[in-house]
Amino acid sequence: MTSTSINESPTVPSPRRFEKPRTPQGKAAKALEERLGLAAGARKQLNKVFPDHWSFMMGEIALYSFIILILTGTFLTFFFDASMTEVRYDGSYIPLQGVEMSRAYASTLHISFDVRGGLILRQIHHWAALLFVAAMTIHMFRIFFTGAFRKPRELNWLIGIGLITLGILEGFAGYSLPDDLLSGTGLRIAEAIMQSIPVIGTWVAFLAFGGKFPGNEIIGRLYIVHVLLVPGILAGLIGAHMALLIKQKHTEFPGPGKTEHTVSGERMYPTYGAKAGGFFFIVFAVCAALGGLAQINPVWLYGPYNPAQVSAGSQPDFYIGFLDGSTRLFPSWEIRLWDHTVPAVFWPTVVLPGILFTLAGAYPFLEAKLTKDRAKHNLLQRPRDVPVRTGLGAMAISFYTVLLLSGGNDLIAKSFDISLNAMTWAGRIGVLVVPPLAYLMAYMVCLGLQRHDREVLEHGIETGIIKRLPNGEFIEIHQPLGPVDDHGHGQLQYAATPVPKKMNKLGNPGGARVRGFLWPVRERAEIEAELAALEQAEAEQHAKHSELTD
Amino acid sequence: MSIDTSKGSTPETTEDPALTADELAEMSVEEAMLAGAEADGVYIVHRRERFPIAGTKAERRAERTIAALFVLAFLSAVAFIVVFCGAVPFEWHLPGQGSQEFRYFTPLLGFTLGLSLACIGIGVVLWAKWLMPEEEAVQDRHDDPSPETEQIMTTATLISGYNDLGVARRSILKSTIGLASGALAAVPLVALVGAMIKKPNKGPGQSLFHTLWTSGVAVVYSDGRRVSPDDLLPGGIETVFPGVPGGVKAGDSPTLLIRLRPEQASKVQTRPGQAGFAWGDYVAFSKICTHAGCPASLYEQQTGRLLCPCHQSQFDVLRDAKPIFGPATRSLPKLPLGVEIVDGKQYFVAKGDFPEAIGPAFWERP
Repeated sequence: MTSTSINESPTVPSPRRFEKPRTPQGKAAKALEERLGLAAGARKQLNKVFPDHWSFMMGEIALYSFIILILTGTFLTFFFDASMTEVRYDGSYIPLQGVEMSRAYASTLHISFDVRGGLILRQIHHWAALLFVAAMTIHMFRIFFTGAFRKPRELNWLIGIGLITLGILEGFAGYSLPDDLLSGTGLRIAEAIMQSIPVIGTWVAFLAFGGKFPGNEIIGRLYIVHVLLVPGILAGLIGAHMALLIKQKHTEFPGPGKTEHTVSGERMYPTYGAKAGGFFFIVFAVCAALGGLAQINPVWLYGPYNPAQVSAGSQPDFYIGFLDGSTRLFPSWEIRLWDHTVPAVFWPTVVLPGILFTLAGAYPFLEAKLTKDRAKHNLLQRPRDVPVRTGLGAMAISFYTVLLLSGGNDLIAKSFDISLNAMTWAGRIGVLVVPPLAYLMAYMVCLGLQRHDREVLEHGIETGIIKRLPNGEFIEIHQPLGPVDDHGHGQLQYAATPVPKKMNKLGNPGGARVRGFLWPVRERAEIEAELAALEQAEAEQHAKHSELTD
Repeated sequence: MSIDTSKGSTPETTEDPALTADELAEMSVEEAMLAGAEADGVYIVHRRERFPIAGTKAERRAERTIAALFVLAFLSAVAFIVVFCGAVPFEWHLPGQGSQEFRYFTPLLGFTLGLSLACIGIGVVLWAKWLMPEEEAVQDRHDDPSPETEQIMTTATLISGYNDLGVARRSILKSTIGLASGALAAVPLVALVGAMIKKPNKGPGQSLFHTLWTSGVAVVYSDGRRVSPDDLLPGGIETVFPGVPGGVKAGDSPTLLIRLRPEQASKVQTRPGQAGFAWGDYVAFSKICTHAGCPASLYEQQTGRLLCPCHQSQFDVLRDAKPIFGPATRSLPKLPLGVEIVDGKQYFVAKGDFPEAIGPAFWERP
């Protein structure tokens, strides 16, 4: 080894023999090693390299919110009573005293008003649930648009689709538990959806509800689904998701020094681990602050569920919103054949999500089949370099967005004083027209960005310096990025990496050293100055040294 | 003082022959760590202390900033505990009755807990970014398939085991164990579904085709009082229920009693077979939307339209609650209304059940 160590200690390095550790940590490590023989395997994990890019943190947010959900949810189970038995409320929330309600609703009020700190835990739990699904969704966008789902990671994409589906189900089961007016309305719609399935629908609904709606089973059943069944499967799938990630290692963006056969970044221990651990606390901090400062699902304002009542502006949590929207937009098309009915609800609530999630799951395989790309990919693609995929993604997102907005079309109509029927028609037309337009726009933007990258490679960066030629013509001076040919055209090939577009980005091929999301993070000037001085000193010493040896 | 080894670019050629324990023990911590990383296929191509000169002002300032964050985290965690344990009361009181300080309880908890967590989180991240060595490591992916030799041996192991099982030769075992495990696999499914399954429309109060309304059942409010034709003004609306045990709670009971305005009553177009269902200018419809089962609650008395707030289906009351906009396909079922006289006062009764199933449609519904 020719390199010098960083902490050059003046003393001779003392032998570190495993047989005789001196520190308590050393003794503990030895005890563990003798029993489990972890040293080699554990070091491999400690040395695991993680790439550093802000877009990779979406999945982390989802994982951390799942942990927060487990922590806060466990607290809530100590006080929640998933029973539909009718009781007369006698807690401290005076406006509902004496009102008949289910024990589920009464115990939710109890958590909110009579358990010390119960309200904030409930609200943190609800906010974390929204964050969980939202982060998974954004994480999925990142995976999709950069092509991270390609071989060899198709299986993890499928697990991800399973996670997001179960996350939505888990959220629905969770917010149905309080048995308040809003969530009860949601359950009634869920019953209508079950009933709408051809042939077996009535059986499914009677099975789930233990009879005709509302029955007295559904809250208890949803509870065990919500606290054991689905979280258990989620935990297992998250474990598999992580295990595959560790085995296959992260993807990373292409750039100088990046290859298909390596992954670069920081080692897990200590730097990356510290950053990720710190980020967990930051995510938790956001949830805690939201839970304390931003009211969510104030069930005491809605009252207990009553099949005869509903509030105007009844909206589900956002991740169900697209289904609410599709149900509102779908026309009154009911199939009636031979004394049987396929209700209109069936298409937008069973068939549509079925198609959407199946298409999403099948996408990696469809793309591989259509592009005939069977190669392994560890380097990501820039969305602009795959305009068709980016267009399809834009199409899917805009489709989803129109449905989501239509899920709140009554609120939009009220806020902006628009006719409700006009909003419905706008959604019906929009859901067909907007996605193709989004495809076209995204496709064109991709091509435009590609062209601009190539233009800069060929003609150089616009310097903003205007020069007047002797013949009176004004031209802008362009700074070539590399060697030019006789016509002044750049010789660099596009390498699927960011191209510098400004003069102060020059010298940063690939942008690898420019960190930060909204603006570049700069090393602080003092550190730079110190480093410069240090390097100069080193250089001088080196020069002296070579003089001596020459 | 940065380590820019050439190992990152050509790792294969510089692979050290395995180091002995003695050699490793003689190395500095740094060197042994690098040797370990290399053994794991990790090449540290760039590594530099953030503050190569220890103990400068800048370094001490960074350290102090992070420490200040941790102190703040400590203080706000203590503040959380103090607030939680009673410094701020949490018992709810009506406005104007008793202390309103409880309104600060949850926000203060959120603020202190959020601040504490944020300070720890940001502190640790800054610790990593400001003080831990800057490093760029490259790791071999080793994601090639196993060597061909391994593949051949594993395939052979699998085939040999398969032969040992003798499944190919003993086809009777193969088919019988398949039969047995197939049936056994169905057991949990059958047990769960079999325990939960309920035959639809069977048993008292379980039919989707009938409600608790029958001929002669009193029309009551949710508190059980009977409804009289004098109760509503023209254009008025009330949610009423069948006056039988459990009538107010049942999911299919809610019924809208509407008193039309006199000028509207003359314009009513009834569906075939529902001519005698109204009483005077009173009409009654099932409140359960025929689309997804929400209560169709919003009545616009000027236009005689009912709106369901869940999916915006609209029904024209003057045309026997025919759907005129939105996703609903069926009219709201109409309740035949009558009146009986008790103690000289008129009260509404039903003259029968709804003539059709109420609420959202289902497969068996004609």
